[in-house]
Amino acid sequence: MTKAKRKRLIYNLITFALVIGAYFIIQNMIAEKTISRLLKGLLVPICAWIVMAVSLNLVIGFSGELSLGHAGFMCIGAYTGTIVSGWLLAAYDMQDTTLRLVLAIVSGGIVAGVFGALIGIPVLRLRGDYLAIVTLAFGEIIRNLVKWLYVGTKDGELCFSFLNKDMPKGVKMLVDGAQGTKEKIISTFPAGVILVLVTLLIVLNLVNSRAGRAIQATRDNRIAAESMGISVTKYKMMAFVTAAVLAGMAGALFGLNSTTVEPKQFSFNQSINVLVFVVLGGLGNVLGSVISAVFLTVLPEVLREFSDYRMLAYAVVLILVMIFTNNPLIRSFVDRLISPVRALFHRKKDTMPGGDLQ
Amino acid sequence: MKKLIALLFALTLVLTACAASAEDVITLKIAHIGPTTGAAALYGLATLHGAEVAVDEINAAGGKYQIELINEDDEHNVEKVINAYNAALDAGAQMILGTTTSKPCEAAGAQGNADRVFFLTPSASSTAVIEDKDNVFQVCFTDPNQGSASAQYIAGHQLGTKIAVIYNNADVYSIGIRDTFVEEAATLGLEIVSEETFTDETTDFTVQVGKAQEAGAEIVFLPMYYTPASLILKTAADKNYKPIFFGVDGMDGILSVEGFDTSLAEGVMLLTPFVATSEDEKVKSFVAKYQEKYNETPIQFAADAYDGVYILVAAAEKAGITSDMAYDEVCDLMIEAMLNIEVEGLTGSMTWDESGAVTKTPMAATIVNGVYVFED
Repeated sequence: MTKAKRKRLIYNLITFALVIGAYFIIQNMIAEKTISRLLKGLLVPICAWIVMAVSLNLVIGFSGELSLGHAGFMCIGAYTGTIVSGWLLAAYDMQDTTLRLVLAIVSGGIVAGVFGALIGIPVLRLRGDYLAIVTLAFGEIIRNLVKWLYVGTKDGELCFSFLNKDMPKGVKMLVDGAQGTKEKIISTFPAGVILVLVTLLIVLNLVNSRAGRAIQATRDNRIAAESMGISVTKYKMMAFVTAAVLAGMAGALFGLNSTTVEPKQFSFNQSINVLVFVVLGGLGNVLGSVISAVFLTVLPEVLREFSDYRMLAYAVVLILVMIFTNNPLIRSFVDRLISPVRALFHRKKDTMPGGDLQ
Repeated sequence: MKKLIALLFALTLVLTACAASAEDVITLKIAHIGPTTGAAALYGLATLHGAEVAVDEINAAGGKYQIELINEDDEHNVEKVINAYNAALDAGAQMILGTTTSKPCEAAGAQGNADRVFFLTPSASSTAVIEDKDNVFQVCFTDPNQGSASAQYIAGHQLGTKIAVIYNNADVYSIGIRDTFVEEAATLGLEIVSEETFTDETTDFTVQVGKAQEAGAEIVFLPMYYTPASLILKTAADKNYKPIFFGVDGMDGILSVEGFDTSLAEGVMLLTPFVATSEDEKVKSFVAKYQEKYNETPIQFAADAYDGVYILVAAAEKAGITSDMAYDEVCDLMIEAMLNIEVEGLTGSMTWDESGAVTKTPMAATIVNGVYVFED
């Protein structure tokens, strides 16, 4: 095993170990009832935001394209998930919520993926910042379209209408235009954690594979990559569609964690919010995305004690974190702290651990 | 000497403990949840302040009940409201006064229904707030009630027959009122001559106002919050179009919009159960206390929340709630008690049925010289 490979393996193992470790600690806290209601209520949203951040990192960090409409895919996933779950219950009387959740998440991912492909095919052939512009528009279009969508079930059949609420009598609404979705809560924390693990598995495997190296090559130097015979569009598509699928899955998980979600929640601001997770965690740093998604979702809630000054405090903390994580002095200090741990994994003791960073 | 002091100290402690138990003071932990920051902060702060005035009164009176008010911010956001709700329960809340706005209340109320938490919302008025939930009660009218009440008021006072409606079709509140207004207007022989829509992002109302003007509407019905309403009034003034503008409770607050020329709101009518300039003794006292504490005139939302606190206390008394009861125990007792109380508040005399909707008489006010005046 080469040094680089081992380093990567360790990094991936740490990522998985952290997620699984956190899961068991929290499950233990739930069992012992030492967890606060606030934190417990945040668990599923945190999982959804982790998946969002990691998948966006795949586009921004690894394929080097800027996507500003990630919340749009999440929106598609949330709505698809709600409709599928409601339909399964009405048409097949499927009382098993776990199965319904899994099917909802999978279909949310598929539909979002189809939309991702539709956008990616024309746009990723272009050079420049076109993807940013198109995805920005896409997010807003989706949000405005679902405002006009009405879906309900009656006698086990789905009823659709668009623009006008034209529904038969006695219909059970699933999607009610601007009022958003209506469904029972079926998302669970274990399901969220499994989705996070699946996401990590997919993303880490993809970026460490041959395709992943090709994706990163197109980011680093498009011309050089093309001259090596790499199809830039194909590999950028691969990253973009994968990210869309994962965002759709996160959306379904998120949408089914609330009795109602409204289109407003998937606005441009939300896409930027996810972008902040990615940038704070570090471009191309999967573990960083996970940590920053957790940190930035929990932070505003922990700051509740500051009441009105909460968002101000949030911004200050954000800036401080940005400054500190980029400070070479602090970086080398942290490096020295963890170097004994790192040394354990190195076969050759004579190489200075972390030395290359100074 | 030291021993003597210690003895005296111990004695005082015992005495105070006795005094407390003799009076048998019950502390209710009530959580107010509403948007105290963000776009809808005006409403959340109004309900918070209104509730605080009531709590101060009750605590100062030193009766059987003392209230500990907890406040959590929901940012008028469906995702954040669950966090606010959980934080309130973490803080030991026994019941919830909230949430202020409709959509968040729908989400939090559903969660509360599963967890058995009692909600009394001062101002969340959509039907979805109380639909399929036995734990949520309202102080204000539900939206459909406001729409039909507005139509009845317009027809009853013969304000005009040609009506234009401008509404926000991305907002539950706006759509809900519009639907019942149009329905009731048809049965009352009022003619809807123009119907225009807008969304949250709309900032230019030239088309909507122009259509109403072209159609020759005498009354423009505005079932919306005050921010778009202020823009519509501005646009109409620019076009020299002067119909009667008729709003609902969301219009309340239009006089405090920053940078808005309040003279444009002259003659605007709105359906509201509360007018700060009323001669009623209770209202006068409330307004005086509110102005002294927050240096602003209370809006209807504040009055709703003020009433809300008194309703909670009345229901708690009826239900026999004690300090040490947990929220789930409180919930069922409160639901039972709500059906059997009648509260005389600032916003009228109120009773409730099992749906959670309130019964009280609708009233409309006109803005004259920058203040609300009741018309009879």
